Amino acid sequence: MPTVAEAVDRAYRDDTGRAVATLIRVTHDFDLAEEAWQEACEQALRTWPQRGVPRDPTAWLFTAARNRAIDRLRRERVGREKTAAAMQIAELEAMGDDMHEIPDDRLRLLFTCCHPSLALDARVALTLRTVAGLTTREIARAFLVPEPTLGQRLTRAKRKIRDAGIPYVVPPREALPDRLDGVRAVVYLVFNEGYEATEGELIRTDLCAEAIRLARLLDHLIPDEPESRGLLALLLLQHARRAARTDDAGDLITLEDQDRSRWDHELIDEGLALVEESASGTYQLQAAIAACHDRAPRPEDTDWAQIASLYDELQRVRPSPVVALNRAVAVAMADGPDAGLRLLDPLADDLDQYHHFHAARADLLRRAGREPEAADAYDRALALVGNDAERRYLERRRAALTT
Amino acid sequence: MKYLLLIYADERAYETLSEDERHELYAAYDVLMKDLAEKGQSLAGDELAPTSTATTVQVRNGERLITDGPFAETKEQLGGYFLVDVPDLDAAIDIAARIPSVHAGSIEVRPVMD
Repeated sequence: MPTVAEAVDRAYRDDTGRAVATLIRVTHDFDLAEEAWQEACEQALRTWPQRGVPRDPTAWLFTAARNRAIDRLRRERVGREKTAAAMQIAELEAMGDDMHEIPDDRLRLLFTCCHPSLALDARVALTLRTVAGLTTREIARAFLVPEPTLGQRLTRAKRKIRDAGIPYVVPPREALPDRLDGVRAVVYLVFNEGYEATEGELIRTDLCAEAIRLARLLDHLIPDEPESRGLLALLLLQHARRAARTDDAGDLITLEDQDRSRWDHELIDEGLALVEESASGTYQLQAAIAACHDRAPRPEDTDWAQIASLYDELQRVRPSPVVALNRAVAVAMADGPDAGLRLLDPLADDLDQYHHFHAARADLLRRAGREPEAADAYDRALALVGNDAERRYLERRRAALTT
Repeated sequence: MKYLLLIYADERAYETLSEDERHELYAAYDVLMKDLAEKGQSLAGDELAPTSTATTVQVRNGERLITDGPFAETKEQLGGYFLVDVPDLDAAIDIAARIPSVHAGSIEVRPVMD
């Protein structure tokens, strides 16, 4: 038997999104919904130690949360709000105990939290708070902002949803592709924040795991959407390398030097199964590239020609200097450093302030035996890098040059 | 909900339009206004005279301050508005995206407090 705390924790993690989503649909009130659910969980922590963990903890918690919501609607709604509240109460009372018999409202919640009229940082915070069920403190810590700041960000976002009339709906078919892209962008941003923190500690695993949960949820709620599947595959294939990406001191280890036996092969298998041969969207293409790396038992087994052609395709679908940079590196690995350097040089105008550009150039110059130039390029990269682990990595590479 | 759709565009660019282009722009506005009227979504809508005709008024310590020109000097100027009544922000955004000036300028969507 799990302990009370474990049982509440598990229900909280698994059921928050779904319970809160339904309470919001009925009450149109984010705060009321969140607080009712929160209070239900606190009530469980108080009463379960004496009465024991109920056979169906989720049903118990959802019923308790509905009752708290009903209490508050009765108490707090005044004047002309009373009529609406009476209908909401009736709907809450009519729901059975089994939350899973009620249609899943999480998709509406996800689209509302990721609405483009909210600031991007608000979308991220709101999605993690309400869909993923992270606490304000957890989110604040993950994004290195003070808790009150994050709290205000959430409050403002919820107020805007209410006051600006952001609808609590799944967008109509014609708007869906755009809006889905927006949801995926938020999930990807959460992952990247965890994967490559801009300062301090390199990998914040919690955010990566949360992003994968969200990507799974999206793929579950709107199945057979190639780009959502591509996003999930991409995250799995990148996350699979997490244990090998840093050493004991927290320093970065490049793909080439990683101990591939430490890769998570279960995640790789799951990710590879989701990769489409006929990739065409940006997430699918990036997943296909990640798959080329993850499939290779040794660095020298990597199919760089295939990677270069996938970057070609990516550059066609969504051209960007960063994609061109990655393509140049792939070409260098396939055809030699000089071929890569020829492709890199024209990018200098766009990427001069981007440390990865100078780091990549330094590496190719080193491989080409042009060490003094490589040293200069490392210095440029070091002047621009913000992440401690990456800085130490670049310093080591710079020091390893023989000149 | 009621939303005020504020149409911001560069007046000077507008002044350089040819007769034909101007005619085309007004025709596009007519189509939209007719459609909104048919759906009962439009409460009001007008084009404003250019900011060269604007006057800004303030009262400070009981004293009236009158100045020439708009309140804020910006690259794009308020040139017109629609007041619409629609169910939610998405519907208001859909209308904003159909306002002809959206292609050259910007539409600010503001809920009206009830």
